[in-house]
Amino acid sequence: MRTEFRLSGSGGQGLLLAGIVLAEAAILEGKNAVQTQSYGPEARGGSSKAEVVISEDEIDYPKATDPDYLLALTADAYKTYGPLMNSGLIIVDSSVSLDAEIKARTLSVPILAAAADTVGKKVTANIVALGVLGGLSRLATRDALRKAVTARVPKGTEELNLKALDVGLGLAAQSGTPAGSLK
Amino acid sequence: MPKNAKLMQGNEACTMGAIAAGLQFFAGYPITPSTEIAEMCSEELPKFGGKFIQMEDEIGSIAACIGASLTGKKAMTATSGPGFSLMQESIGYASLCEIPVVIVNVQRMGPSTGMPTSPAQGDIMQARWGTHGDHQVIALAPGNVKECFELTFKAFVYAEAYRVPVIVLADEVISHMREKVVLPDPSSYKIPMRAMPTSPAGYKPYGADPDGGVPLMAPFGQGYRWHCTGLFHDESGAPSGKAAVADQLLHRLDRKIEKNVQALEDYYVESMDDCDVAVVSFGSSAMAALSAVRRARKGGLKAGMLRLKTIWPFPDQAIRRLCASAKKIIVPEMNLGQLVLEVERAIHGKAEVIKLGKVTGELFHPDEIYKALKEAF
Amino acid sequence: MAEFLDYFRKERLPHIWCPGCGHGTVTGALIRAIDKLGLDKNKIVMVSGIGCSSRAVGYLDFDTLHTTHGRAIAFATGVKHAKPSLKVIVMTGDGDCTAIGGNHFIHAARRNIDITTIIMNNSTYGMTSGQYSPTTPHGMLGTTAPYGNVEHEFDVCELAKASGASYVARATSFHVTLLTDLIEKALMNKGFSVVEALTQCPTYFGRKNKIGGPVELLNWIKDRTVNVKAAAALPPEKLAGKLLIGELYKAERPEYCATYAETTARVQRTYNDYKGGNRGCELNSD
Repeated sequence: MRTEFRLSGSGGQGLLLAGIVLAEAAILEGKNAVQTQSYGPEARGGSSKAEVVISEDEIDYPKATDPDYLLALTADAYKTYGPLMNSGLIIVDSSVSLDAEIKARTLSVPILAAAADTVGKKVTANIVALGVLGGLSRLATRDALRKAVTARVPKGTEELNLKALDVGLGLAAQSGTPAGSLK
Repeated sequence: MPKNAKLMQGNEACTMGAIAAGLQFFAGYPITPSTEIAEMCSEELPKFGGKFIQMEDEIGSIAACIGASLTGKKAMTATSGPGFSLMQESIGYASLCEIPVVIVNVQRMGPSTGMPTSPAQGDIMQARWGTHGDHQVIALAPGNVKECFELTFKAFVYAEAYRVPVIVLADEVISHMREKVVLPDPSSYKIPMRAMPTSPAGYKPYGADPDGGVPLMAPFGQGYRWHCTGLFHDESGAPSGKAAVADQLLHRLDRKIEKNVQALEDYYVESMDDCDVAVVSFGSSAMAALSAVRRARKGGLKAGMLRLKTIWPFPDQAIRRLCASAKKIIVPEMNLGQLVLEVERAIHGKAEVIKLGKVTGELFHPDEIYKALKEAF
Repeated sequence: MAEFLDYFRKERLPHIWCPGCGHGTVTGALIRAIDKLGLDKNKIVMVSGIGCSSRAVGYLDFDTLHTTHGRAIAFATGVKHAKPSLKVIVMTGDGDCTAIGGNHFIHAARRNIDITTIIMNNSTYGMTSGQYSPTTPHGMLGTTAPYGNVEHEFDVCELAKASGASYVARATSFHVTLLTDLIEKALMNKGFSVVEALTQCPTYFGRKNKIGGPVELLNWIKDRTVNVKAAAALPPEKLAGKLLIGELYKAERPEYCATYAETTARVQRTYNDYKGGNRGCELNSD
């Protein structure tokens, strides 16, 4: 079964890294994974989108066609990609006000706030988000996610990021959303 | 899971493929979306005594690569649209002077600066005809990350065997996407070696069978003292303005590739045997196409997929053979119709050839190709 | 003389240069300098671009590389970087080196890569029959400067010096002994070395500017120059409009290939367990 993730926000939020780690965790679980991206010319700011497709089978098409999960960390991202969602789940940061026109099932999660307050570093929002996506999709175990995080984050920040991962997994558990594909 | 399964980016796989093939020299200039290859070469090459240099532009980059190749080193450069345009003159030089060199062109939207971070496949004809004058090149188009490794490796095999510039015609999607890849065991690599003369006595730098022979290439600095010139030259390397010399040289260079078209052809096929409608594509467009073809087959439509890995020389015979049962052929490509011209030429009216171009700077969605398939049936 | 001709591919002679051209004189000076230094013919690579000057390498018995217009130094950079044990010499002209190839010229100088560049400056594009070049003096004539050159010329040596070349000298095809001596010193310098040789194009530059034949043109060039040693004692008004000849600049600067080798050694100490690539391929390496 093919599961598609779209991680969107602003350049510099580290969503590409979150996508890579999610894909690597899936590979550690023996699954196939493909990660793609689109980005503007800006290194910081501007729009940023990373996509991850995870499947037990061969993945012929690498991009998300009808995402199972949309992560939107900014209002812009929510407004751009939210309307494209069908049966998948939108996970939007609590700082973004919801739009009644966007009909897909939506979960408002305090990802940015949790990174700043609970983890204590705003820059860990991407890994908190990874935890949320990992926890909701259950396509990779906590162990695999931890391994993948440790391998990718800058040396010396492992503990901080593992904490962020757990905070994200915690947010997913609290959301009361059933795990697995929602389609 | 195999131990060496790794999430790898296309550009990374390309670099690894080059190193596996014995890359010893890289010269390049930063340009999106190929820059990761230069970055990785700058990091990896010094680890085993290879040489990296960031030149002042792409013209200098390919020039330096050709210079390095003349000393016997395997050399590569990597670039994208605007840089590929700048390299054209020296690609012609490498072609005429028969200097092995590998050029990775990660295609992006053009013409001009275009959309630097967006994928396209508009350089097919440029890869073939970008430099002036009649000449032959080899161009290989990877269709996934693993093929970035395999085809870059192969590019060196061909460059060394035929003494030609070989172009790896990737695109932004393929080169930037990350995919699970299991690389072959390094001990299984058969490193391509250049055929070299054994003694300077009687050495003719361009002496070869007129029917597409490949001359032996002496590395500079080993006593052969030969002349390499972009002027037409005779077997001894001496410049010549004689009609017969020019005629023989150009015909030999042409035959060198032309007579090996079948040895060079490489493609991926699925469900082609009994197909009514074939999709012929390459690179990232073919990923969307394959998805659409599979969906059509599931729905009972006899669709088939032919993905070309070798674009140049164009495999005319393979196209005709593999598309024998097809009444219609759809050619999706991220340009306004380039590959389709070659397919039409090759198929010679035996099937209806349908152009499906896309120039939005986005990869095809499988639905777009599925829709074209449905319409074709 | 017989020995001197040993450096030539005799079967490729006579050359294509016009009677009275100075390029042969400069080529001769280079050969004498090589001979004097006793350099190994098999370890020299001569690289050139396009133009009259660039034809020189075709007549010389070394590994020779006659490349595209303006790119000789870039090709030479590849040769040298790939195999630093080779002696790499570029023979180029004013148009080839400072117009179309100007960017490669200044960047090679900046890197201070060990390449000796001999610039045959005849102030014109001779091969294409006499258009003005970046070194055509202001006001002088060319087929594309029929009313006098509107532009102002480069001082090639100042350009080389400012860009980082570690040896810079100028002579003329009149001052052959000096030229030979300077080329010899340039060949000994480990770094980017530039010798500008002012030379005559009687066919186009001399004729177009009504200077006269080869001898008059050679005298005209001679009269434009002052030896740098003599210049030290001359008042500024005597130096106005004159080009200095002699050794103009010499500096100790780290050489590119040497620095790269040091960096590589440092990297290899760190990564001596490297297994990623292929270290074999002995035949294709030095």
